[in-house]
Amino acid sequence: MKSSAFEYSRPGTVAEAVGLLAGSDGNAMPICGGQSLLILMGLRFAITGLLVDISRLEDLRRVDQRDGHVFIGAATTHAAIEDGKVPDPSLGLMSRVASKIAYRAVRNLGTIGGSVALADPSADWPACLMALGAQAVIAGPDGTRREEVETLIQGPYQTSLMPGEIIVGFEIAQHKSARWGVSKVSRKSGAFADSIAVFIDTTSDGPARLALTGTTSHARILPRVGQYAESSRVLNPDELRATVREDLAEIDPAADAYQLRCHVATVSRAIAEARAT
Amino acid sequence: MTAIKLEVNGETVSHEVNPRESLADFLRERRNLTGTHLGCEHGACGACTVTMDGVVVRSCIVLAVMADGRKIETIEGTRAIELMNVIRRHFHEKHALQCGFCTPGMLMMARDIIARYPAPSESTIRAQLSGQICRCTGYMGIVDAIKSAAREIAETRLLPNNAAA
Repeated sequence: MKSSAFEYSRPGTVAEAVGLLAGSDGNAMPICGGQSLLILMGLRFAITGLLVDISRLEDLRRVDQRDGHVFIGAATTHAAIEDGKVPDPSLGLMSRVASKIAYRAVRNLGTIGGSVALADPSADWPACLMALGAQAVIAGPDGTRREEVETLIQGPYQTSLMPGEIIVGFEIAQHKSARWGVSKVSRKSGAFADSIAVFIDTTSDGPARLALTGTTSHARILPRVGQYAESSRVLNPDELRATVREDLAEIDPAADAYQLRCHVATVSRAIAEARAT
Repeated sequence: MTAIKLEVNGETVSHEVNPRESLADFLRERRNLTGTHLGCEHGACGACTVTMDGVVVRSCIVLAVMADGRKIETIEGTRAIELMNVIRRHFHEKHALQCGFCTPGMLMMARDIIARYPAPSESTIRAQLSGQICRCTGYMGIVDAIKSAAREIAETRLLPNNAAA
């Protein structure tokens, strides 16, 4: 397991990092925790001429709270979120999601920004951030832009990020209600998920939202499930199953019978958890 | 080649390394610290677990260049740590190893689990250990050893100091 040879650079500022990435003709990649990328490079699924280490950039490590929002820097590790070392806009949801990602030794280095930028179909953060309505703050050659995580992620390992752009962090509205639920099905704890559902119930924070991942493509909001949860306080299991299947027919038409069962199970459990309290 | 300077088991060392060199290869081949074992080399088995700045990491998926300026502790660096010797004794008494290949990673992880969960239940230990693969023992002895080591550590008030001594 040796990656092909590459050059390594550790720029001191976001502007320098963007300059290196933008000026490389697509032959450079950013690395933060590296907990997925280094494996992909070892397997030679990913090959690059220049690795730009952004893990120590101050702007990406920043975390703060203001105007009803929490900003979480892209280089924040899963473990820091799991341990509550950063302000939590989600009243426990993010800590719970973080605690279920891979293994502790991986969570100590793996980052929230890297998870979104890689856009693995089974990754936990894209679904969680979509459910929370998070915005990504992105630095690039033309300055800084913002985009909803929901539109940033476009397919398996596909995002709207242009060459030279890096995610600086996420802006997440401070939620006031902890009525959320999460369910994850994987073959063993820490393994890639067959299905993850994140549900945030109707509150003063906004309408009910359910995000699902572990699909054959990428994390998505299930609009019909959200509307159904919005309209009925007590859900009928048959109706819920039918609604999940209607949404899936659109967003994950390639799902087989096993995957459909996983998705129906995680969606049902996530909603049940949010409504059990 | 890239110049790096880091602390390995308390000693500051400088080396020229290839950017693609993993921390595990660096430790084994340039520092002769062969207690760090390489099983899968892609972050799945946990045999190469070491600590970096006091927290457990998998040295096969850390680049040596990314460990520049950090403090690394390998299994060899834990010989004089009383708490680690307690864990080692419980591994011995509970038959928590057979071939020993996974053991350095298991021991590093055992200390991390005890530091985060001072009185871990069997299910906590099993969940937290899910990233460490052992092909001999069936895990029974390892789980028992961590549970009984945690109890002794709590009773004797040994500090579960996670950082390199």
